[in-house]
Amino acid sequence: MVALGISWLKDPDQALQVAKNQRKPALLDFSAAPQ
Amino acid sequence: MGTFISENFVPVKIHVKEQPQNFKRFGAQWTPTILIMTSDGDEAHRIEGFLPVEDFLAQLELGLGKALLREEKFQEAESHLRAVASEHADSESAPQALYWAGVAAYKGTKDPGKLKETYQNLLKRFPSSEWTRKGVVWAG
Repeated sequence: MVALGISWLKDPDQALQVAKNQRKPALLDFSAAPQ
Repeated sequence: MGTFISENFVPVKIHVKEQPQNFKRFGAQWTPTILIMTSDGDEAHRIEGFLPVEDFLAQLELGLGKALLREEKFQEAESHLRAVASEHADSESAPQALYWAGVAAYKGTKDPGKLKETYQNLLKRFPSSEWTRKGVVWAG
């Protein structure tokens, strides 16, 4: 669904911790697209 | 789209074959599902199913505005929500964005006139939207 050129994290807990530290929302992309 | 995501969110991709447990944990029952969570970990917005790019961009900014509203960043939230209503005026996100922009304006100022003004704008621009019907209680 979502664009290329993004540094995706793979661990939602890590993402939520980074979001908390950076005071930014987290975007969780649940995907079945071929990798 | 990539720039908008990188600048405004901490992005994480969760693949159904690698992390089925996280699909269950976050209640993702279909792909694609996008969750926008506040920096405190509260769900602010959910997008389920594929959308064309323009509609998806509108939904992303709507979600950003709703996340900022939950974080009580009222001015920043209102700015993004009004951008959705003006720059994606033909999308289905626009009336919802205008509704929440009114909420952000009210919460930021405590001025009930902001809600009444929002309802009048909704009625003028989106007379058949459910978000206009939700705003009818603001008519005064």
